[in-house]
Amino acid sequence: MSKSTGQQREENEKKRRYQQLTKKKRPNPPIVLNSVKAFVIGGLISTFGQFLMNFYVSIGFTKEQAGNPTVATLIFISALLTGLGVYDNIAQFAGAGSAVPVTGFANSITSAALEHRSEGLVLGVGGNMFKLAGSVIVFGVVAAFFVGLIKTLIRMI
Amino acid sequence: MATNIGRSTWQFDDVRILASAVAVGPKEGQGPLANDFDIIHEDMYVGQDTWEKAERKLFEEALDTAIQKSGVSKDSINLMIAGDLLNQIISASFTARYAEIPYLGVYGACSTSMESLALSASLIDSGLANYIVSGCSSHNATAEKQYRYPTEYGGQKPPYAQWTVTGAGVAVVGKGLIGPKVTYATIGKVVDLGLKDPFDMGSAMAPAAVDTIIQHFKDTGRQPDDYDLIVTGDLAGVGYPLAKEMLLENGYDMSKVYNDCGLMMYYPDQGVFAGGSGCASSAAVTYGHIMKLLKNKKINKVLVVATGALLSPITFQQGESIPCIAHAVAIENEKEE
Repeated sequence: MSKSTGQQREENEKKRRYQQLTKKKRPNPPIVLNSVKAFVIGGLISTFGQFLMNFYVSIGFTKEQAGNPTVATLIFISALLTGLGVYDNIAQFAGAGSAVPVTGFANSITSAALEHRSEGLVLGVGGNMFKLAGSVIVFGVVAAFFVGLIKTLIRMI
Repeated sequence: MATNIGRSTWQFDDVRILASAVAVGPKEGQGPLANDFDIIHEDMYVGQDTWEKAERKLFEEALDTAIQKSGVSKDSINLMIAGDLLNQIISASFTARYAEIPYLGVYGACSTSMESLALSASLIDSGLANYIVSGCSSHNATAEKQYRYPTEYGGQKPPYAQWTVTGAGVAVVGKGLIGPKVTYATIGKVVDLGLKDPFDMGSAMAPAAVDTIIQHFKDTGRQPDDYDLIVTGDLAGVGYPLAKEMLLENGYDMSKVYNDCGLMMYYPDQGVFAGGSGCASSAAVTYGHIMKLLKNKKINKVLVVATGALLSPITFQQGESIPCIAHAVAIENEKEE
């Protein structure tokens, strides 16, 4: 059933008015408060990371080496909290504060792996664990490739 | 005998909800309607090893309890009309395998509760069946897994998001002498005002609810105050005031009788954002709470308008807007002679 131009215009106007109304009526996420929470929690996670790094340096790692066990520890804690069902609650409060650090990346992989465990180890866990993190890796690699390319070209000049 | 009045309303003569039962999860059991549910589980897994099985278990329990309460033997039930939110409506179909009752699966997203009840009533009133079990289910974790992110994924949800109700509601519909009558059903049309945010289902569904409610009033000649209670299925904190406002603009003042199942299901401090959603929102409130109110004659005339968002994860990722639907069913106590 095709509509006349007039009907179509009237309908579009109705849609536009309703979309404006809903934007006005619905409670928006408190952006400033969320930013403050993200800053504080993200900062706490990073400070904890620094604390871990200092600890690893104190037991004999060099500054360059200490990064790896630090990240591994943070990933382990994040995966554990995800498995215990706590991380998503922290994240609802912290938002980007818990999503941006390496802990958020670990949570996205662990949660997907847990969720699809019932579909088997290969197709379930293996096939789905990078469902969310996969795009980070893909675009990370692509970005790294282009940055590397630019760097090489600049050196050649 | 069922007759068609107006454009899309069916009038029924002699159909009753003989019995109904509701099984729910822990969060629903801590809500204000806890006393109206037959079975409350403390465990989101309901003793099963997957979320999908847990949802089915709730459905099976609600089904068994409803049949038992009705006193009708399972063998004399002609049909089961049911649905749920999962791909290929597995919860309903697998429950039908367990029930061994002839089965028709239906899908209307969260409007499935009233879609199945309307169909059941029409088949009974036209003489094609004596007893039909009608029901639906939803589970918070299965819905999150299918429509959104893994359940333990740490994504921050906006305040207008909704919480999918974990539960199942089943009614035994048939001819009989006890139970409230199903008097009218108004079948809604798909309405889409171009909203695209899958977290904001309330705003998307409100126009569909309004469309069906107005159609119901036009077809039946009734007014809001003819009902003791009119509920929408799961418009929740955002969609409910929008629907109320739009109805008022159209000349229907709903303020005295209107509520929303998604708001009735939980206390606001239960961490459910704008309120409940899912098939089980309208099913649990109707088949648990409202049936009890009707039984105790606290109210006598109810219109349940179950609202459904007919989207899939594929359509919203492809940037499509959310088509919505609502079906209304009137349930009434027989007038005392």
